[in-house]
Amino acid sequence: MNITIIAETSGNQLHSVTSQLAGAAGSLGGTITLLCPGGVGESEASKISGVSKVVSLKGDCFSSFDSGAWSAAMTPHCEGVVIASSSPTGRELASQIASKLGVPVVQDLTEIGQDLKMTRSIYSGKAIETSTASGSCVITLRQNSFESAGSDGNAELITVDSTSEVSVAVKEAMAKAGERLDVSEADIIISGGRGMGDPANFSHLNEVADVIGAAVGASRAAVDSWDEIPHSMQVGQTGKTVNPSLYIAVGISGAIQHLAGMRSSKYIVAINKDPDAPIFGVADYGIVATWEEALPSLKEELAKL
Amino acid sequence: MTIAVLLKQVPDTTAKIAVSEGRVDQGSVSKWSTSPYDEYALEYALQLKESGAGDLVAITCGPSRSSKMLTDAAAVGVDSMLHVEADTSEMDSKQIQSILAAAIKHCGADVVLCGKQAADTNSGSTGPGVASLIGAACVGMVSEVSMDGDGFSALRGSPSGNERVVVSKPCLFAFDKAATELRRPNVKGIMMAKKKVIEKVSPGDLGVDIGESGIKIHAHDSPPEKPPGQKFEGAESVPTVVAKLREEANVI
Ligand SMILES: Cc1cc2nc3c(=O)[nH]c(=O)nc-3n(C[C@H](O)[C@H](O)[C@H](O)COP(=O)(O)OP(=O)(O)OC[C@H]3O[C@@H](n4cnc5c(N)ncnc54)[C@H](O)[C@@H]3O)c2cc1C
Ligand SMILES: Nc1ncnc2c1ncn2[C@@H]1O[C@H](COP(=O)(O)O)[C@@H](O)[C@H]1O
Repeated sequence: MNITIIAETSGNQLHSVTSQLAGAAGSLGGTITLLCPGGVGESEASKISGVSKVVSLKGDCFSSFDSGAWSAAMTPHCEGVVIASSSPTGRELASQIASKLGVPVVQDLTEIGQDLKMTRSIYSGKAIETSTASGSCVITLRQNSFESAGSDGNAELITVDSTSEVSVAVKEAMAKAGERLDVSEADIIISGGRGMGDPANFSHLNEVADVIGAAVGASRAAVDSWDEIPHSMQVGQTGKTVNPSLYIAVGISGAIQHLAGMRSSKYIVAINKDPDAPIFGVADYGIVATWEEALPSLKEELAKL
Repeated sequence: MTIAVLLKQVPDTTAKIAVSEGRVDQGSVSKWSTSPYDEYALEYALQLKESGAGDLVAITCGPSRSSKMLTDAAAVGVDSMLHVEADTSEMDSKQIQSILAAAIKHCGADVVLCGKQAADTNSGSTGPGVASLIGAACVGMVSEVSMDGDGFSALRGSPSGNERVVVSKPCLFAFDKAATELRRPNVKGIMMAKKKVIEKVSPGDLGVDIGESGIKIHAHDSPPEKPPGQKFEGAESVPTVVAKLREEANVI
């Protein structure tokens, strides 16, 4: 079986999920080709274990994201099962490549088994679907759900000049406010809800986050109530779906739409003053207390580690 | 010019999802609603229409219950409605996209707005796939769109923040949550909508042969129940929980 991986990039580097895609591909067995859009991360890519060939696609069309242009340049190099990350750009590319290949796409798999048995969550995590493909297909994989491949590979590196018509022109790029880690990137997340009382109180969450290298997230009530809390921090049905190792929910009631975005976290800690808050229903460790009491102690204990 | 908005009817976000005989039990869903991101697509489609970009058609493909959602869209100002009647629950991405692409062509639309991801499939496949099929530029993660000369200006999320992009038609915008209020229908709108006729067609009427699904669904299951967690009273328990996170859970 041939497998083609679409490398996920982050600025001028390979994103760490790329190695997870290779790990998953390795478990399927077969010959793995990895495509690097814009040539980004090509040398690092060639060291990922199990990859036989790296195709470095160079060309002006890769200078900004245009899934139509990128997929047109990439599709001719896609053979067999195509694997991308289920990031927003990964899903967009995967769908366009699938459409150009005339095959179906199945997004955001959390497991793949024998004979490409695919597992994914549907209805915002309220159900799980298992399926198989009868022919070729494109799949995207959820970040942090698959083991990374090693880095002792030695793949052949091929450079290809690509041209493709760009139709989405970037006029202005606005960088994120602040330098904080994005919730979809983080292995530990601490999120605040309406119970934080005031956006200024998120500074207490930031302090805890800094001690353990966590990202700070928020409930929709916090995002909608306070301009200082951007939508990029929102976790849930209409925010980001996250699956970190540890999710700490502070002053969040645990509405079903919030749970939809975080219930697949490996471990969940809830801090809430209401002992009956639904968030305790999904928490591995619940602390019935106000954040005013609990956060200083949490910061202190974590700093001791 | 014609603007199309793709709307999908899904179980309301508050609805319980039950599984019976290996499939989500559609019959037990207590309330059906327009998929949340599609509502933002609809709002911006209405704004484009109001700024003179053209007539607005709402398109859905789904069982007969989905008609109600189109009537709701008409009540807030959609000009016309196309309902492709079909059960999409076992369709693969390719099948649903071929139907919607044909529906868009049938309406003569060259600007399409949709949600970034439906609340039932959670896929995010349809917008980009349809864009490819109809030869339209695709902009994803959109939170704002407006007319800009002959083309359109949109704000989209990017891994490093936001980007302002411009595109010409034909183009498709897949919507993220936007910082706008959603409009609610008024009485006059509701009365007007009741009089509007929904065009109902089958995939065959659109000249589409969807063929066999390339994906075989084995089963839907309820998510595994989590064992009940441990609950502690008071902030005094924080050191205990931190110790457990380190020793039991091994996550810090
Ligand atoms: C279509 C749709 C989509 C949605 N999408 C999302 C989504 O993506 N993400 C999301 O989060 N929500 C979403 N929601 C909203 C969701 O229904 C809830 O309204 C929201 O999650 C509530 O946020 P919250 O828990 O912060 O606020 P609340 O429900 O108001 O809860 C606040 C909690 O803080 C606790 N508290 C108060 N003071 C303190 C204190 N001093 N110390 C400790 N605890 C305290 C309270 O006991 C309470 O449990 C969506 C809703 C709809 C209809
Ligand atoms: N059956 C359908 N009818 C109308 N629009 C749809 C349908 N399926 C998907 N869409 C649109 O495509 C978006 C993404 O859907 P999906 O790819 O299933 O996540 C939805 O938010 C809708 O805007």
